Amino acid sequence: MVSNEMSITFPALSRNEAFARSVAAAFMVQLDPTIEELTDVRTAISEAVTNAIIHGYSQKGGTVRMDCSIDGDVFTATITDKGRGIADIEQAMQPFFTSAPDLERSGMGFCVMQAFMDSVDVKSTPGEGTKVTMTKRIGLVRADG
Amino acid sequence: MQMEIEAAGDRLTARIKGELDHHSAAQARAQLDALLTDERIRELRIDLRGLTFMDSSGLGVILGRYRVIAGRGGRVLIGGANRAIDRILRMAGIYTLAEHMDI
Repeated sequence: MVSNEMSITFPALSRNEAFARSVAAAFMVQLDPTIEELTDVRTAISEAVTNAIIHGYSQKGGTVRMDCSIDGDVFTATITDKGRGIADIEQAMQPFFTSAPDLERSGMGFCVMQAFMDSVDVKSTPGEGTKVTMTKRIGLVRADG
Repeated sequence: MQMEIEAAGDRLTARIKGELDHHSAAQARAQLDALLTDERIRELRIDLRGLTFMDSSGLGVILGRYRVIAGRGGRVLIGGANRAIDRILRMAGIYTLAEHMDI
């Protein structure tokens, strides 16, 4: 069983969205993922980091933390912010629900994370922050095919 | 993200390339809206063949422009999305609003 982990923190700036998803993809390469699996993870990371920047910190800045780990063939990413938190997680995860329609947010971020990863777990405390943990088993397609 | 926009009569064709996320969405929105202020525009063709990455921020850009065009009785056509982008577009029901074009 091979295991590995990495952590980074970065300011909640929109230009770091591409940086975060690229770092996660570079770390995940050791699992020998397909291009599709890499894209799935990059997309899910981008959603979670964007949520932290726009919603967690209301675009006013803060620090976003990303922890990635590999345990066997399972990739796990946790995105943490110390922003305003989510009062109603169930509502926030509903398709098309957005607290920022004025910013042209589609309300599909959590749905995209759920579609592209195997599991998405959200823990949040209003006023303290939000932690999104996502897992994906890599190599399922080849193992089955 | 880079975008080439071609205007011909009442039609705009936007070729979006690279990565469209929350960071680049503001620029995409500004570029499109600058030309959509022309009330004569009735058709927006969005060519995604060169788009390598898009997250749900891209949905906001597309839906926002769809509302403008549909509001004046026009139509939006989208084509060329790769597998992951197409999945996001379908998830949000974009093809029930915009027409899919084969390109």
